[in-house]
Amino acid sequence: MVIKHKNIFETENAWSNADKLLLCLDTGSWRTERPVLDQAKCNYCGLCALYCPPQCMLDKGDHFESNLAYCKGCGICAHECPRGALTMVPEREFDNEG
Amino acid sequence: MKAKKGTVRVITGNAAAAHAAMLCRPDVATSYPITPMSEVAEQLSTFHAEGVMDTEMVEVEGENSAMNVVAAASMAGGRTFTATSSWGLVFMYDALLHAAGFRAPVVMAIANRETPGILAVSSGQQDIIATRDSGWIQIIVENDQEILDGIIMAFRLAEDYDIQLPVMVNYDGYYLSYLAEAVEIPRIEDVDQFLAPLKLQPPRLKLQPGVPLGCGTHGMDIGFMELRYKHCQALQRAKKKVDEIDTEFKEYFGRGYGGQIEEYRTEDAEIIILTSGSTAGTTRAVVDTKRAAGVKVGLVKLRLFRPFPVERLIKALKGKKAIGVIDRSIAYGWKGGPIYTELRTLLPEIGLVPMLSYIDGLASLDITVPHIERVVDEVNAAAQGKPYQEVTWIPLE
Amino acid sequence: MKEIRIHGRGGQGAVMAARMMASAFVAEGKYVASFPMYGFERRGAPVVAFTRIDDKPIREKTQIYNPDCLIVIDPGLLTLPTLFTGLRPESVFILNSPKKLSKRPNDNLKIGGVVNATGIAVQEIGRDIPNTCLLGAFAAATGWLELKSILACLKDYLSGDILQRNLKSAERGYKEVEVIKW
Repeated sequence: MVIKHKNIFETENAWSNADKLLLCLDTGSWRTERPVLDQAKCNYCGLCALYCPPQCMLDKGDHFESNLAYCKGCGICAHECPRGALTMVPEREFDNEG
Repeated sequence: MKAKKGTVRVITGNAAAAHAAMLCRPDVATSYPITPMSEVAEQLSTFHAEGVMDTEMVEVEGENSAMNVVAAASMAGGRTFTATSSWGLVFMYDALLHAAGFRAPVVMAIANRETPGILAVSSGQQDIIATRDSGWIQIIVENDQEILDGIIMAFRLAEDYDIQLPVMVNYDGYYLSYLAEAVEIPRIEDVDQFLAPLKLQPPRLKLQPGVPLGCGTHGMDIGFMELRYKHCQALQRAKKKVDEIDTEFKEYFGRGYGGQIEEYRTEDAEIIILTSGSTAGTTRAVVDTKRAAGVKVGLVKLRLFRPFPVERLIKALKGKKAIGVIDRSIAYGWKGGPIYTELRTLLPEIGLVPMLSYIDGLASLDITVPHIERVVDEVNAAAQGKPYQEVTWIPLE
Repeated sequence: MKEIRIHGRGGQGAVMAARMMASAFVAEGKYVASFPMYGFERRGAPVVAFTRIDDKPIREKTQIYNPDCLIVIDPGLLTLPTLFTGLRPESVFILNSPKKLSKRPNDNLKIGGVVNATGIAVQEIGRDIPNTCLLGAFAAATGWLELKSILACLKDYLSGDILQRNLKSAERGYKEVEVIKW
């Protein structure tokens, strides 16, 4: 059976629409540990959000939270936080449905 | 005299390449890691660290140096080995051309991967095509045992006095580089014996302190043409040499691969599928299934790509009613795949029969049994005079 | 020829499991071909390992679309929409899970083997590396491999204390797997 391919990319050349490519894969399921915030230590400086590689930090008005659907648990936010407000905690310690 | 049985171990294609290099006792080796062949570098380093391999392992900062080091060491008379893939291969491009121009008999293992321009960490044969005019001998293998045996034969070929050309042994990244199979690892004494005839040949010229020799220096006017001519003649001689070495290998180790090409069920075949690499393995199984269903199909597996095995291909394909070529790469500027485009030049000698080009398996996309069955069906229809599409990009249509 | 497909995540030892299984089958005189496919080569990302075994040399070098046996190392992967596609009739399903299988996941499955490999691995090895435990479970549920072949080949991949712990884990997988016949 001959199936004609329907183009995935809109442009002739190699450009792709990053809006559609960022934050769409199920990368949250790759995580083995997640960042947990001690809000008392946070001063809303935003460095965690700036450094987050997939840019998945959600602005909550007075602090940031990682978007767990996409957070891969890389730990960079915890490493960069100047106040040590973020700690990486193993996923095992959270109630996850299989 | 026959080789004794080796040790059977379950190893990956990359490990097989490293074992082969170790068994051939290279004087100098480099290996800069890159997916999907990093394990070759790791295994070579392990052999060296464990004292199994008495080789000068030079740690380099990139593939360009990796090739420069082994090409220079080769010109100083050493047996040399390196390994890389796609981006690494193109990073060493100028050194690659030097090795060939100097006639340095370097042996290199390549785990084939797509080439740059599009971020491609995936299997494909584009790196072979990107370097097909480098002046290197290029061989493509089908499974892990053939990687190991192919590299041993490559040393025998490269360093042969009549040849003195660098050799690339190519194997599919991911599909062969990471494939674990039971591989018979020959005894090192037997490999020594197999390579021993090289010692009986005249010694090749090499750089030595105090001996005034230049290399690749007279690159002007008629001298340049003379060198190019000699290089091309050596490449032509390599064809028969590949067959001879394969025959010797089979007599000694009990395993043969057909030399320049391997023909599977082709004698009474009406149609032929021509392909290379791991795809040839899958095609064998499809040929058997289709034969059982009454289709007179055979496989021609292309092992030697450079130099192109013109004479043996003509002999194998002459008189067939239609030919299908499966390429795992593209030929920029031509409609069909690279092996197809080159094979087409033999049509006057083969017979002006339908030749169909199939492009498949780019970016680790699988060349599956149904894909190959489709190729057989369409080539079969073409053989019977039905209209056919000259070029098909299988996953897209 | 039997085709086995192992689904796991990077870091759980799916690729190593396929290799160890290959060694064990070769030790029993079979021909084997086994390779992995990764999307992203990192911890946590899905990995599939394809293993073929046969009494004659294996020529096919493709991925596996019609498995005779499916081994799932991470229960989170059960939501994969194509997980059970193409399963051969009367095939086997091996699952790492602390919970029992409530129902037969697919009509083509004849045998199921469920074992809390994560739990056993954490107890015996101290880390969540369930692969060797699942190999034991695989041997018990399918009967295609003897436990002693698996135990014998582990030393080609591990040594010392870690080897002993994995031997224990594999043996417990063999003994404690709950085999269901549908």
